[in-house]
Amino acid sequence: MKLDNSKKLFVSGDEAVALGVRLARPHVISAYPITPQTVVVERLSEMVEDRSLDADFMHVESEHSALSAAMGASAVGARAFTATSSQGLLYMAEVLSYCSGGRFPVVMMNANRALALPWSIFGDQSDSLLLLGSGWIQCYVEDAQEALDMMIQAYKIAENSQILTPFMVNLDGFILTHTYELVDIPKQSQVDDFLPPFTTPNKMSLENPMNLGFSSTPADNLEFKYQQHQALLNALPIIEEVDDEFGDRFGRYYGGVLETYQTDDADFVMITVGSITGTTRVVVNTLREEGKKVGLIKLRYLRPMPEEALLEAIGDAKAIGVIDKDISFGHEGTIFTNVNSALAKSSVAIKKHNFICGMGGRNISKNDIKEMYKLLEDSTKGKDVPAVNFINLNTSVSEVE
Amino acid sequence: MKKTKDMLSEDGTRPVKQEFVKRAHISEYPTGPGFTAGHLADINAGWRAFRPIIDLKKCISCYKCYMVCPDGVIFKIGTKGVAVDYDYCKGCGVCANECPVKAITMIKETLD
Amino acid sequence: MQNLERITPRNIDAKEYFYGHKACAGCGCALAVRLALKVIGDGAFSILPAGCMSAVGFIYPQMAFVNNSMISTFPGAASLAAGVAAGNKALKREGTKTVVFAGDGGTADIGLQALSGMIDRDDDVLYICYDNEAYMNTGIQKSGLTPFGAKTTTTPAGEHIHGTQTNKKRLFEIIAAHDIKYAATASIGYYQDYINKVQKAASIKGATFIHVACSCPTGWGTPTETSVEIMKEAVDNGLWFLAEYENHKFTLNHNPKVFTLISEYIKKQGRFKHLNEHDIKTIELYRDKMWERMREEWKNN
Repeated sequence: MKLDNSKKLFVSGDEAVALGVRLARPHVISAYPITPQTVVVERLSEMVEDRSLDADFMHVESEHSALSAAMGASAVGARAFTATSSQGLLYMAEVLSYCSGGRFPVVMMNANRALALPWSIFGDQSDSLLLLGSGWIQCYVEDAQEALDMMIQAYKIAENSQILTPFMVNLDGFILTHTYELVDIPKQSQVDDFLPPFTTPNKMSLENPMNLGFSSTPADNLEFKYQQHQALLNALPIIEEVDDEFGDRFGRYYGGVLETYQTDDADFVMITVGSITGTTRVVVNTLREEGKKVGLIKLRYLRPMPEEALLEAIGDAKAIGVIDKDISFGHEGTIFTNVNSALAKSSVAIKKHNFICGMGGRNISKNDIKEMYKLLEDSTKGKDVPAVNFINLNTSVSEVE
Repeated sequence: MKKTKDMLSEDGTRPVKQEFVKRAHISEYPTGPGFTAGHLADINAGWRAFRPIIDLKKCISCYKCYMVCPDGVIFKIGTKGVAVDYDYCKGCGVCANECPVKAITMIKETLD
Repeated sequence: MQNLERITPRNIDAKEYFYGHKACAGCGCALAVRLALKVIGDGAFSILPAGCMSAVGFIYPQMAFVNNSMISTFPGAASLAAGVAAGNKALKREGTKTVVFAGDGGTADIGLQALSGMIDRDDDVLYICYDNEAYMNTGIQKSGLTPFGAKTTTTPAGEHIHGTQTNKKRLFEIIAAHDIKYAATASIGYYQDYINKVQKAASIKGATFIHVACSCPTGWGTPTETSVEIMKEAVDNGLWFLAEYENHKFTLNHNPKVFTLISEYIKKQGRFKHLNEHDIKTIELYRDKMWERMREEWKNN
């Protein structure tokens, strides 16, 4: 199916990513297929074939090589894109830190998918959450329109001279990558005005030869890591600026680092990441109709971690819940750990609960989310609610006599 | 920051040691682990136990020593003869071993 | 980049591109890198994975490469190089040549997959494998290109086992089997032949490969001044060969009528000192078998 240049198209999340990437005018695309990202690279190859996308499409032989090649292109000042998921993301893990440490602003789409074993092609967020420490900016999108728009914003943020850090855009596997939605496609000329060509001092060229990717002794390593950390912190205000500018030009604002829904007077707030936000919005509406004061915070960025904005959004809520489609075995969900740290550092004492669900593609229903809000309410009424709760297990896990 | 071409020897063939001062502020660090090509902050002379001495009277300018030096420290002088950049010579002795007319002798390094 | 006029010690590029590095005195690999860059010139974009040459070439603030260079991941030199070549092409840059300098471990073992992909795509990269026959940078461990009988820290020589028990992977033939545009073997002991091959490969658009045998005084236990001499001997005794693969055919560049003695070669090296007569005979028989096949199946120059 050819994707043409119409103003509105009914496309899947993956296809929306391809449309966004085309508009961002990458020079080099390296691609290795993995479910459920395959449609992204398939559509991009079609666009290269029909010449609507002028990019070098490299058929690499592994994900490790996919990011390696993208990084190589970036190292000479070319704009590069790649995409992957779960096992592939982990296979290229060492290249992630090469890329972020090397300060190459590659943009990569990741289709959030469960990690083997057991082998699973279905969606959860274990893959990217495992790599929060990789030095990449990480953003999680709710729907296909946001996915398309973020492919454009990602380059603008990543390539900013104060940032120069690679950027991962996450879409929930199957739930978002393979569901269809009507999306608005910005005009190429409008995108060109918004996203200038890629320039960087950190590149090899004949005019100014450089040695990149050098080794450092203990005498200098800490300084380079300090720089990286600062670069990610620099991204916080720039994310807001770029979101505002995008909204001004294209008519869609996403709230910057996070978006709140009905949190102003909410007692019980759910923190959501990715497509589950959509389902949770519906539950919020239902519960509000029943007179419950509930709301949600859609955490768009997990790195840099928007602690200040998060605390402000939580405000005077009595209890918060964090939906984690992952778990750090022997501990708790990763998003919960990150949120908890923000709360602990500012001495905010409220009830907080972690809901582990949706792993390996397990459904999360509106009822499940209603249950989660109920547990939050129970916890403020003296009931003993565990910190970490597995939701919607299909079998009994109670102690056997 | 100097460019590569401004850090070369007089004859423009090889880089020379630069004065490198430890960075006082983080803003002076390069963005990421990348730096100007050919920037040398250190010499290798201290590695030597032996130093090559070239007898220009015996030398037939075949340039074999120039070709086989792993460190490239033997350079041509005009159209006849060669010389050694003692800042970067490690004293391996390959030049002396390969010279077809034995024009190079390896002499023990002294403390001065 | 120089044109196809023969490069001689007189007319070779006067500039040094690999200078001030921290390689061991007498390093054969450093010579291979140095000469290749003098042939390719200042348009070279060299990519080096983890290994000796990258470890000694760029330690902040000592940047020993005067041309554009970058360190890649250990398995990913060929793919990083492919990306660099693609980036330069997309940006319409003229006068650039991407070259990889990777060791035997980084090529025949951990880097083989990415190299295979690079050749499959025919990326415009010249890949040079500098083969010192072990993982030297990490302290002399056995690699896929460590020869039979060589002592390494992971194939120690003792009463029961006499060092490495496997033969070198036939890397040149593996690369040739991709039907690559051009591949060659070389030795720093025959450096004019090596230079000619680098020049030829660099002038070809697409994936090309050179496997250059280099001595390592530290890892082999040989005197530093013999580094070039011993690589000539390795060719003269038949343990190494000079050949090319081009236009779907193999050519043997150098076919000695009589080989020099392997026993002499063995005596000079600490890594082979433990070998007995039986071991040497095994090595000779393997050499003879390989040469029988090459003489039968490959064209003579």
